[in-house]
Amino acid sequence: MIEEQAKVKQQTRRILNRFGRKRENLIPILQKVQGKLGYFPREAMLEIAEFLDMPEIDVYSVVTFYNQFRLIPPGKHSVRVCLGTACHMKGGYIALDAWKRRLDIDRGQTTLDREFDLETVACVGCCVMAPVTVVDDKPQAKVEPTKVDGILLSFKLEKERQGEESR
Amino acid sequence: MKAAGLQSVVSTFREIKSRAESQWWELRDGGKPVVLVGTATCGRAAGALEVVQAIRDELKKQKLDCPVIEVGCMGHCYAEPIVTIIKPGYPPICYGHVNPVIAERLIREFILGDDPCLEFVLGALEENDLVPSFSDFPRAKFEKKVILKNCGYIDPQQIEHYIANGGYSALVKALQMPPEKIIDEVKRSGLRGRGGAGFPAGEKWEICRNASGKPKYLICNGDEGDPGAFMDRAILESDPHSVLEGMLIAGYAIGAPFGYLYVRAEYPLAVRRAQLALRQARKLNLLGRNILGSDFSFDIKLFQGSGAFVCGEETALIASLEGKPGIPHYRPPYPATNGLYGKPTLINNVKTLSFIRHIIQNGAEWFVSIGTERSKGTAVFALAGKVVNTGLTEVPMGTTLRQVIFDVGSGIPGGKRFKAVQIGGPSGGCLPESALDLPIDFDSLADAGAMMGSGGMIVLDEDDCMVEIARYFLDFTQRESCGKCTFCRLGTKQMLEVLDEITKGKGKIKDLDMLVELAEDIKAGSLCGLGKTAPNPVLSTLRFFRDEYEAHIKEGRCPALMCRELIAYYIIPEKCERSCDACVGTCTVEAISANKKRVKVIDQEKCVKCGTCLTSCPPQYNAVVKLSPPSQVPASK
Repeated sequence: MIEEQAKVKQQTRRILNRFGRKRENLIPILQKVQGKLGYFPREAMLEIAEFLDMPEIDVYSVVTFYNQFRLIPPGKHSVRVCLGTACHMKGGYIALDAWKRRLDIDRGQTTLDREFDLETVACVGCCVMAPVTVVDDKPQAKVEPTKVDGILLSFKLEKERQGEESR
Repeated sequence: MKAAGLQSVVSTFREIKSRAESQWWELRDGGKPVVLVGTATCGRAAGALEVVQAIRDELKKQKLDCPVIEVGCMGHCYAEPIVTIIKPGYPPICYGHVNPVIAERLIREFILGDDPCLEFVLGALEENDLVPSFSDFPRAKFEKKVILKNCGYIDPQQIEHYIANGGYSALVKALQMPPEKIIDEVKRSGLRGRGGAGFPAGEKWEICRNASGKPKYLICNGDEGDPGAFMDRAILESDPHSVLEGMLIAGYAIGAPFGYLYVRAEYPLAVRRAQLALRQARKLNLLGRNILGSDFSFDIKLFQGSGAFVCGEETALIASLEGKPGIPHYRPPYPATNGLYGKPTLINNVKTLSFIRHIIQNGAEWFVSIGTERSKGTAVFALAGKVVNTGLTEVPMGTTLRQVIFDVGSGIPGGKRFKAVQIGGPSGGCLPESALDLPIDFDSLADAGAMMGSGGMIVLDEDDCMVEIARYFLDFTQRESCGKCTFCRLGTKQMLEVLDEITKGKGKIKDLDMLVELAEDIKAGSLCGLGKTAPNPVLSTLRFFRDEYEAHIKEGRCPALMCRELIAYYIIPEKCERSCDACVGTCTVEAISANKKRVKVIDQEKCVKCGTCLTSCPPQYNAVVKLSPPSQVPASK
């Protein structure tokens, strides 16, 4: 555990060294750190606060204010259900339910095996393909409950294939 | 500016332009076929990257040497992925709904052979005798492309394409004008901010230029957070340099040495393409110190938003640039005099800045000649929802809603009836059929109870519940409220709870008066646009669709059969084909089983109302129906 914390500190520091110690760099720093770590462990936020010489609570307040930042580790695959207007009216909420049901988690959570995390986004700007779910940065068009099953099945098959290859 | 400086600007640019033009014409008329594929986010969602790969593979297999260029979005999003082939001897032909198999055929039969595969044609880019061109489309009569003109036709990743098509010429022209003259030109053009509120752009520029305090800042607001609007994304992905050029001219006019391009985090491709554009512009000295040898220096930094809707509000956006939570503050002082780090800051929307180069190039009179009395120029709309031709369109201000939805958008798919159009996102409203002949401009929409917003237009048909859409927007604004103003933070929550109850059939008729009362209070008691406009979707639906609210409350019935608590899926036994198991197999929760007679029955306890059975039931049987209220389902024997 302590080893892990030291590693987080080290990784954060390495990113911080690329920035000036100015508060205006806070959000770009946070974006880079999350890009590396996937989320904000306590140690990372403490490290950033020290670097920018600002109260820890202010870093925490920015992290919790913006939707993009997360406090729990992401899964290997990210599932982001678009709930823009067009998606919602064409059944985005039904797709969200289907993901919740299949992954057995609520929005903002990660599955126990850390394979998937489930988030919602306001609008990814692909309204014409509604309802959209962005899976691992790829927008999937017209996601109905059966497509959710299909996408999950393809991940399962891929995992099995990889398992066989490594054996 | 010194005359010597100006001469160098003109001559330096002339060289850059002639190089760019020869590159462009070599591509277009070099004797080789060229393939263009639209790979903006909308194209990618439809599989454009797979198409690009298939084309590259097939060209290699056939040993053909022809450039494959990734372009942006043409606005015909309904037909994505779109491939355009420019082959000598033919007009440039555009193909829609292309998949890897069709792409391979196009290469083999059109590029290698001589069959233009007319069965896949969407339209030609130029008028010709072979295939109908886009200008022959009925919608062309209503459209007027100004800021979308380049989108989908040039490679956004090559600055030369932009320059060869007239890009950065306006900057060169502007650099030869005194800043006051530029501001005067923008003022006379009557350009109003396209971010939603419609404040006259020239006036804002003048205030900022005359404000004391140095340095001044320029911010391009690309935090397009309205769900349902995606034109800023399309412009940044398809023609990023037009935004940069607008920023440069604005920076020169107000006397700012530095600008921020603020792009939403949810638009990774737009960020990448804008970053590349910045690098390319710097390399040609169109950005940076002493631009083109003049004494004007200007640089732009790209800043990624972090997913907060309220950051589209200018003071909140500034707070986030300063590394703080995006919480708006009271105006005045306005950012134009007291903005980023307390300095005068000009904030304009992506579209507003995109118009600048056209105004400088063609003059204010040209711009004034388009549009209505009080709203000049064109308006860009993102058409989505229940409309045939989803995508982007640009029409002169004053075009009617009916023309946009039915002529440009080709109406409602599936023979359904038009119910309403939602304009302006969470700040806007829903307009009914009676408002269809309204000429669109900033003021007419506001009078009708909606607003221009950023131009998202969601078409709703008879299957869409108006209470549900109001609830949806309240859910959104309630979530996105920054929490500073009590009325916005708690009031929207309260309204949402009331609407939740109504959509579940538990509302009371006096709730409707409470909604109106709350709405008025939130409008009066909120600082920024988010709170001030959050109740609009509820007020406009209450005004035009009160009967739907009443049906939910009095009869526990959702007339559009959408609210899940108020509907049930039911399989009509007489219509169910006993040998078919389509619904049983597809039901995601195994709620459907066959009874002794092999007629399928839905277990209402298990049913999650996802509608899969309704889609899977073959149309010749059409046995699955939605019933509201759920008590209409006959008791099972």
